[in-house]
Amino acid sequence: MFHWLEKNPFFFAVGVFIVIAFAGLIEILPNFAEASRPVVGLKPYTVLELAGKEVYKKDNCLSCHSQLIRPFKAETDRYGQYSLSGEYAYDRPFLWGSKRTGPDLHRVGNYRTTDWHENHMWEPTDVVPGSIMPAYKHQFTNVADIETAYAEAVTVKNVFATPYGDEFQATKAAWEAHKPKVLADAQKIAADMKNKDIKEAVAAGNIPEVVALIAYLNRLK
Amino acid sequence: MQAHAALEYDYSVAKLFTFTTILFGILGMIIGTLIAAQLAFPELNYLLGEYGTFSRLRPLHTNIVIFGFTLSGVFATFYYVAQRVLKVSMAESKFIMFISKLHFWLYFVGALIAVITLLLGYTQAKEYAQFEWPIDIVIVLVWVLWGVAMFGLIGIRREKALYISMWYYIACFLGIAMLYLFNNMSVPTYFASGGLGNILHSVSMYSGTNDALVQWWYGHNAVAFGFTVPIVAMIYYFLPKESGQAIYSYKLSLLSFWGLMFVYLWAGSHHLLWSTVPDWMQTMGSVFSIVLILPSWGSAINMLLTMKGEWNQLTENPLIKFMVLASTFYMLSTLEGPIQAIKSVNAIAHFTDWIPGHVHDGVLGWVVFMIMAALFHMAPRMFKREIYSKKMLEAQFWLQTVAVVLYFTSMWIAGITQGMMWRAVDEYGNLMYSFIDTVTVLHPYYAIRALSGVLYLIGFLMFAYNMYKTMTSSRELSEEPQFRSPMA
Repeated sequence: MFHWLEKNPFFFAVGVFIVIAFAGLIEILPNFAEASRPVVGLKPYTVLELAGKEVYKKDNCLSCHSQLIRPFKAETDRYGQYSLSGEYAYDRPFLWGSKRTGPDLHRVGNYRTTDWHENHMWEPTDVVPGSIMPAYKHQFTNVADIETAYAEAVTVKNVFATPYGDEFQATKAAWEAHKPKVLADAQKIAADMKNKDIKEAVAAGNIPEVVALIAYLNRLK
Repeated sequence: MQAHAALEYDYSVAKLFTFTTILFGILGMIIGTLIAAQLAFPELNYLLGEYGTFSRLRPLHTNIVIFGFTLSGVFATFYYVAQRVLKVSMAESKFIMFISKLHFWLYFVGALIAVITLLLGYTQAKEYAQFEWPIDIVIVLVWVLWGVAMFGLIGIRREKALYISMWYYIACFLGIAMLYLFNNMSVPTYFASGGLGNILHSVSMYSGTNDALVQWWYGHNAVAFGFTVPIVAMIYYFLPKESGQAIYSYKLSLLSFWGLMFVYLWAGSHHLLWSTVPDWMQTMGSVFSIVLILPSWGSAINMLLTMKGEWNQLTENPLIKFMVLASTFYMLSTLEGPIQAIKSVNAIAHFTDWIPGHVHDGVLGWVVFMIMAALFHMAPRMFKREIYSKKMLEAQFWLQTVAVVLYFTSMWIAGITQGMMWRAVDEYGNLMYSFIDTVTVLHPYYAIRALSGVLYLIGFLMFAYNMYKTMTSSRELSEEPQFRSPMA
């Protein structure tokens, strides 16, 4: 049979494809419906949090921080309750990471504050002596892209039935109507920060990346 | 496989991809060395402002060495090997020639755009699948063009039976196509929201645990079909050609090939042990990872036994040395991986530096060594000149071997140290170390790893220089060498 396959490239390729596709069918598909169910009380990300998640992706926090607490005592002592599948139901993409050069962040909102993050992102070694994390000062001046975050919210609502309210519509007008809400959320974060430029920027309607990022990190509980 | 066949092979596309292999190799390894040094000396994060932090550069390193260096190497060797084992010249078909040139240029332009967007921070945040949707489309096109060239050449072949290398190239093509398509399924938000926000942005079709499963089914098998399958294709061609020895066992190659195809795909979930993925999938991942030793070692042993009775070549020919060490590192790496996939070992190893350590003994020791050896074998035949310097080749071999050993030993120690410290408790059962304690303790190992990066990079620059001189100013050959590559 193998000799025959080697002389018939088409059937050879089909054979290879069936053999390699097999595992995916058996191992990946069966779990799909089950694993997308959210835990009770899980809310979708706000637009500001989504914008913060984009900053998290853009500056690639996940290259050094995980968001997955494994069910070991050493981990639950350090980070809190182990992670549950349903907690990730609205995470597109998942942000578990694969390396802990820094600590896990899945419940960082439980034990770090806005103030702490502000100092830490500005100069990590001021807060954690010996830290090898770089400072992310550019997040204090770069403006977060909240319109794209809104577009994401509308997209997941329309395509994946993520439970956002009726006001989330795929129109410019709906976005303009929602914008003040995002700014109000940002002002709440900025009120707990000490950097004057940040407060002014938010007051003027520009949300620095760090504000969105902190909103996202505070949400991780 | 007679080398004195009357056909005049056309290497123009193989040459183009050879250049990009060298170019992306240098670029990817410079960035790799830099980010390794950043972990030991964090001040190095500020060389390029926002664009120079470890976090921003790390995907650049992985993507350039995977999709830049390795893929270029795969394509370069493919356009060389396929003509020879199929007994057909690219010059015989204008259509295939055109497609393959288009393949190269689209690939090159796509790669440049990819580098820029990654630097700017456009990312899907999936490992080795960071590119946003427009680049994904370019990659799919590149892949289709490669497929057309591949099956075009197969269509006009004179040698009816496909040689083993071709099995692996075909599998590489099919495997990556399937994996890449499914993992990158996403919805561009701009179009789904009536034109709001950034056009490059998209959201994954899968969420949470499902997304993780698809991603690591992809991530693990991108390694399989990018870093294993086509590299095995290379060694099955270049080792016999360089040594003049026939493959030890056809049956063993059959077993290894079909075994690898069947088993590899199951093992992806070993990246998700102790996660929220269902237990039975985790167990399947563990079990199949162990089974995977068989087909992996099957290929490697087949290669080593091919040298049976001819081990003297190891001392006489540096290219044989590269290839034999490559198969040895392949064996090391494919034993280490399954060990890490055992649940209790994984509990310590996961999230630590042992994982990058494992990746790098595989890629530095196996993938890069094999690709360099292949290009060195091809150079005298493509450029009709002997290899510029044997001495430099020898020096490069030892320098890089030392570098790989330094890399994985330091990362083994770093990983296991940190894994143990995370779980260490005092006599009252309280955690013994704060997280930062487990970071500062790693400094010497990070410094050693950075040093190993520098050594490896120097070795790669020696390779590049040796290749450059071989292409341009080495002694010309009057006829094509049959087996052993001539070198000065």
